[in-house]
This record gives sequence, C-alpha cells and structure tokens, in this order.
Amino acid sequence: MTMQVLQAIEVSRHFDVSRPFLQRALSREGRRILRAVDGISFDIAAGTTLSLVGESGCGKSTVARLAVGLYTPTDGEIRFEGQPLSSARAQPALRRKMNMIFQDPYASLNPRWRVADIVAEPIRAFNILSGTKTINDRVGQLLTQVGLSAADGEKYPHEFSGGQRQRISIARALSSEPEFLVCDEPTSALDVSVQAQILNLMRDLQQKLGLTYLFISHNLAVVRHMSDRLGVMYLGRIVEEGPGEDIFRTPRHPYTRLLLDAIPDISAVGRSRTPVGGEVPSPISPPAGCTFHPRCGLANERCKVEKPPQTKVGNVLVACHAVAEGRS
Amino acid sequence: MALLDVQNLVVEFPGRRGVLRALDDISFSIGEGEILGVVGESGAGKSLTGAAIIGLLEPPGRVASGQILFDGKRIDNLSSDQMRPIRGKQIGAIFQDPLTTLNPLISIGRQLTETMQAHLKLSDRDARARAIGWLEQVGIPAAADRVEAFPHQFSGGMRQRVVIALALCAEPRLVVADEPTTALDVSIQAQIITLLKNLTKSHGTSVMLVTHDMGVIAETCDRVAVMYAGRIAEIGPVRDVVLSPSHPYTEGLMGSIPSLETRVERLRQIDGAMPRLTAIPKGCAFNPRCSRTIDKCREQRPGLMPAGSTQAACWVTAA
Ligand SMILES: Nc1ncnc2c1ncn2[C@@H]1O[C@H](COP(=O)(O)OP(=O)(O)OP(=O)(O)O)[C@@H](O)[C@H]1O
Ligand SMILES: Nc1ncnc2c1ncn2[C@@H]1O[C@H](COP(=O)(O)OP(=O)(O)OP(=O)(O)O)[C@@H](O)[C@H]1O
Ligand code: SF4
Ligand SMILES: [Mg+2]
Ligand SMILES: [Mg+2]
Repeated sequence: MTMQVLQAIEVSRHFDVSRPFLQRALSREGRRILRAVDGISFDIAAGTTLSLVGESGCGKSTVARLAVGLYTPTDGEIRFEGQPLSSARAQPALRRKMNMIFQDPYASLNPRWRVADIVAEPIRAFNILSGTKTINDRVGQLLTQVGLSAADGEKYPHEFSGGQRQRISIARALSSEPEFLVCDEPTSALDVSVQAQILNLMRDLQQKLGLTYLFISHNLAVVRHMSDRLGVMYLGRIVEEGPGEDIFRTPRHPYTRLLLDAIPDISAVGRSRTPVGGEVPSPISPPAGCTFHPRCGLANERCKVEKPPQTKVGNVLVACHAVAEGRS
Repeated sequence: MALLDVQNLVVEFPGRRGVLRALDDISFSIGEGEILGVVGESGAGKSLTGAAIIGLLEPPGRVASGQILFDGKRIDNLSSDQMRPIRGKQIGAIFQDPLTTLNPLISIGRQLTETMQAHLKLSDRDARARAIGWLEQVGIPAAADRVEAFPHQFSGGMRQRVVIALALCAEPRLVVADEPTTALDVSIQAQIITLLKNLTKSHGTSVMLVTHDMGVIAETCDRVAVMYAGRIAEIGPVRDVVLSPSHPYTEGLMGSIPSLETRVERLRQIDGAMPRLTAIPKGCAFNPRCSRTIDKCREQRPGLMPAGSTQAACWVTAA
C-alpha cells in the first residue's frame, strides 16, 4: 500500500474580517466571516506531487499554510504520516521532515542575516550537521545548486535581485533535507531558463530521495510538468481533482475549462485574450449552491440552490451538476 | 521624439571590495503609447534599470555615467525633491515586491486616496469613489466592502493588484511595471494586461514591462529588450525576438519555456549560471555558456549590431 504523507479531511479555515465592534454596532451589521478554505479533502502519496491551481484569492496559500501547521483548521483534520498534524509538529524528528517555500520571497528572509546564516539556520536548528566547515560546505553546495555561488553567502538579502532571493529561500527550504515540501509559487520570480534549472533540480531530488510536494503555481505549463495529481480550486473548494494528465487532456468542470482557455500563448503575438467573464464573487458572501454558477454557461436552477457533490468521472472527481447529469 | 530615452546608462555599487558594475552601457527608448518588454536572466539588471529611471536606486547604488531623458529633459541628475513630483504623476512604478510598496498599517482605501489626492485635485468623496473604481478595474471582488481592509488581509495576488492600482491611479504618462502579473492567475492577468493596453490606446501611456512570462510579452509588447549580465543582449520587435531570436542567449531562453502541449522528462535549460558581477568574463558576457563562440567572443565585447530585424550583441549571429 502506498503511504499517504499528507491527508486533509474536510478541512476549513475561516477568517473573521468583521469591522471593529463599535463600528459594527453603529451600523447594525453582523460579524463577517471569510471562508478562505471551505471543506476540502485530499491525500498526497509519498514521492508524488499534488498541485493546486485556481484564481488569485481562492485559498491556495491558506491550504499551504494549513499543510505545514502555520494555520490551524477551523474545522476538519490534517494528518501527517498518519498522525494528527499538531502532534507530528510537536516531535522535532517529524517537524524536520516538512518545510515550505513561501510565496513572498522578500518577507520570508531576515534582512539582518547574511545569506549563509539564513540557509544554515535549519541545519543548525535540527542539528543536521555539525562543525563550521562542514556546514559552510553544505551551504555552498546548496547555493550552487540553485544557480548562485558559495561566495554569495557573505551578502545580505537586499543585495540580491527578486529571483536571486527566491532561490535563496529555495536553498533554505532544501537545507533541512525535508521529505515533504510545500512550494507556494516557488519559481514565480525566475526567468524561464533558471526556472527550468530549479524545476529539474526538484524533479531530480524527488526521483533520488522520494520527496513529496504540495505545489502551487499560476503557471499551468509548469504545473503540468510537475504534477502527478492536480486539484483545481474555486472560492475555497476543490472543484476538480485527479491525475494531472487526465485533467489537462479532458478538463470537465466548467471552471477548469475556462482556466485552461485563458492561458497566454507565445505563438500568439499581438493577440488579445478574452478574460474570464463575470464578476469574481466575494468569499465573504459566496453565492448559494455551486459558487461558480454566476459565471457558468451551464448553470441551471439546481446549480443556484444545491451545492454539487463530488462525482467520480473516470479517475477524476468533479463537483458539478452539469457534469454529473451529463449536460456538459 | 521618444518619451523615455536611456543613453549609455551605467549603474555602479561602490563597496569595500571595489566597485560593482551592475548595469553596463544600457541604451533604449520608449515611444509614446508604446509598450517595451524587458526580459532576461534573473539578476541581469531589469529591476535596477527601472529603479534608475524612477530615481530610486538604493544607495550606495548610483548612476555612474550615461543619461536618462524623460520628455526630452534629463531626470537622472535631479535631486530627490525635484524628482518627487515627477514620480507618481509623470512616471508610475509597480515594484516587483508588493509588500514593501504597501504600508501595512494603513488601509488599502486610504493608501489609494492619499496617492490620488497628492497628485490630482479631488474631494475626499470623489477620491474614495475612484479608489473603489480602481480596485474594481484590477479585479478585486466586492471592492466596496473591502476598501477598508489592510494589506495582510489580502492574498498575494490581491496585494499585487492593489500595487497596480496605486501606480495607475494618478494617471502617469510612463508606467514602469516590474513583474506586475507574476502572482496573478491567468484570468486576472489577462484583465490587467487588457487594462494596460487600453491605457496605452486611450491615454497614450507608455509602459516598460518587466516580466518572465513570454506569453504576456508576446501578446502585450511592441518591442522587447533581452538583458544578460547588466547588458542588453538583443532588442527588437516582439515577433522577431520571440519567434526568431538572433542572440544565442535569447535562443536558449525561448527554448527553456515549458510547453503546455507536451510533457517532457526534463526541461531544456541553459547549462551553467550567469557570471557574478565581480567576475564578468572578457569579451561577450555570455561566452562561457555559449555553444557558438569564436575566438573574438573571448576577446572583444560585442555591441548591439543589426541582426535581421532585431539588434543583437553577438559576434557570430549579428555581425
Ligand atoms: N490573515 C487573513 N485575514 C483575513 N483574510 C485572509 C487572511 N489570509 C487570507 N485571507 C483571505 O483568504 C482568501 C484566500 O487567500 P489565499 O492567500 O489563500 O489566496 P491564494 O489562493 O493563495 O491567492 P494568490 O494566488 O493571490 O496568492 C482571500 O480572500 C484573502 O483575502
Ligand atoms: N543593493 C545592492 N547591492 C549590491 N548589488 C546589488 C544591489 N541590488 C542589486 N544588486 C545586484 O545587481 C544585479 C541586478 O539586480 P536586479 O534586481 O536589477 O536584477 P533583475 O534583472 O531584476 O533580476 P530578477 O529577475 O531576479 O528580479 C544583481 O546581480 C544583484 O545582485
Ligand atoms: S558573441 Fe559569441 S559568445 Fe556571445 S552569444 Fe554570440 S556567439 Fe555566443
Ligand atoms: Mg497565495
Ligand atoms: Mg527584478
């Protein structure tokens, strides 16, 4: 049986975005709850990659933070190697196995530390190596792996370009030798050739060491290249989930189809894309029924009132009435 | 006459171990209503070029030689007091790093209204209405409800869109946009690109667009500049640079783009790494990674030369 490294079971995360009490009382409005993640489930098997895609603000980074325990679920449960995440996090031996590359490479690097110390921090914290020379050599090796040089360790983060800083945070994430790595837009600031180097490195590490990835990117070509499985998110829910190739070849959910249609194409010089039409609904007061219905060409009365359950179509789970009813 | 004219720009960082030359003889111009794309290796100097134009080089960084003309007048030698009214009103900037642009302690709405009122005559009420309008234009759902929100309550991509709104809201003539769409999904990206394109058409706004996304370059830009190690490797009409590049670096770059149609085991990459600024090789900066080098490449630095319909700095493919 394949081991599940991460399991999310009906996980939700809500944020209270109410205005201060007095203002609320004066204008007689209630509390306002933003459902950033709303009851999602998925498994990630050891040595595989699950990617999450979806519109900006749909909850991907919130899932990423939940997966490494930076947020606690409002509801539902996350298990790491079969144990509740909170108890796994309490054990240094297990905590060391997970790490995260943050979406914002600026905010996540301490500006007062030299790059060598930033990269060495997890090595020291978890006692992975000892001896100054051994640690320095390892840091130099990590920096070289991401296309920087050992001598760059002397410098401070502000002396680097955006993409160079992103590579520093990748080097730091790899330095703890994690087995499970959450990558939130890990190559967004990189040019395509350095991006290819980093993605090739990540694939090599996966093949050699069996790393497991939760991978988030807006670049669908990158996602296709990296993923075993794919989850498409819309407004805090997973609307389609299954083997990446199946979804890319035959997208079924109307939102997935729109998403794949909106990709820019380098052969289309000067062409204009039609943006996905319709208003992006607010996660504070999401539409009833299927939250995609106001923008969906296939929506009918049922879609407006009844939340679509996940239906299995081939190897893929799709949450759409039209797909389930064969109307698509 | 071009709205922006950058001539032989050199930017240096004096330091303890000598002077780092980060931009080395950069020249290009942007016409009114034109969108110039800037692509290139991470660390090549794209953001520094933008920072030099808006007069925000971080000390000790400085323009060591060359000049920058805006609307025919030099702006590279202005004091920060002289530059302040130009920045924002004449030249808007979208920085690569959305968090540092936004003040974490001030609500999104107030940041927008303050920026607009600093440059345009607007009543509080009109400013607020416009702020909501701009948030809608950059695709923030329920904008009227969220104008009081603080930056940390927005997702990465939402913050980036606020930064875009901030750069555009004073209606500048030139927008320096550094990776404006990287944190955005493809549909919001399309919306932002459409917005920029419409501004160039309706207001004659000029744009310098730095991005790694060749798809965005292809559908948005009129011309593209390709940078490598602080220099321009190639510049020309978008179609020619993207579809039939002349410089070997541009060729390698275009070959590294992952395809959406086919899945390969390994992506093509340009082997090796860009030289550090302290160790730029003699001759062509790309020569250690290039497969077409001749002796001259290791001896003499190539300048931009006509290569088909583009200009490329390469002894083999351009000369
Ligand atoms: N700390 C917070 N307080 C209040 N709201 C939050 C908080 N963090 C996230 N949100 C909200 O939750 C929703 C999901 O945010 P999240 O950062 O997960 O989106 P995302 O899918 O990662 O988007 P992007 O692609 O733009 O990074 C957004 O509407 C955001 O405004
Ligand atoms: N404050 C500084 N001190 C020293 N060197 C610096 C400083 N700021 C930038 N540099 C160097 O200048 C070079 C160009 O940086 P720049 O930020 O312009 O790159 P970029 O082309 O925007 O890269 P990216 O695509 O990664 O954002 C880099 O090698 C960087 O290390
Ligand atoms: S000048 Fe020479 S080394 Fe440089 S790109 Fe051209 S062929 Fe390659
Ligand atoms: Mg995010
Ligand atoms: Mg940059």
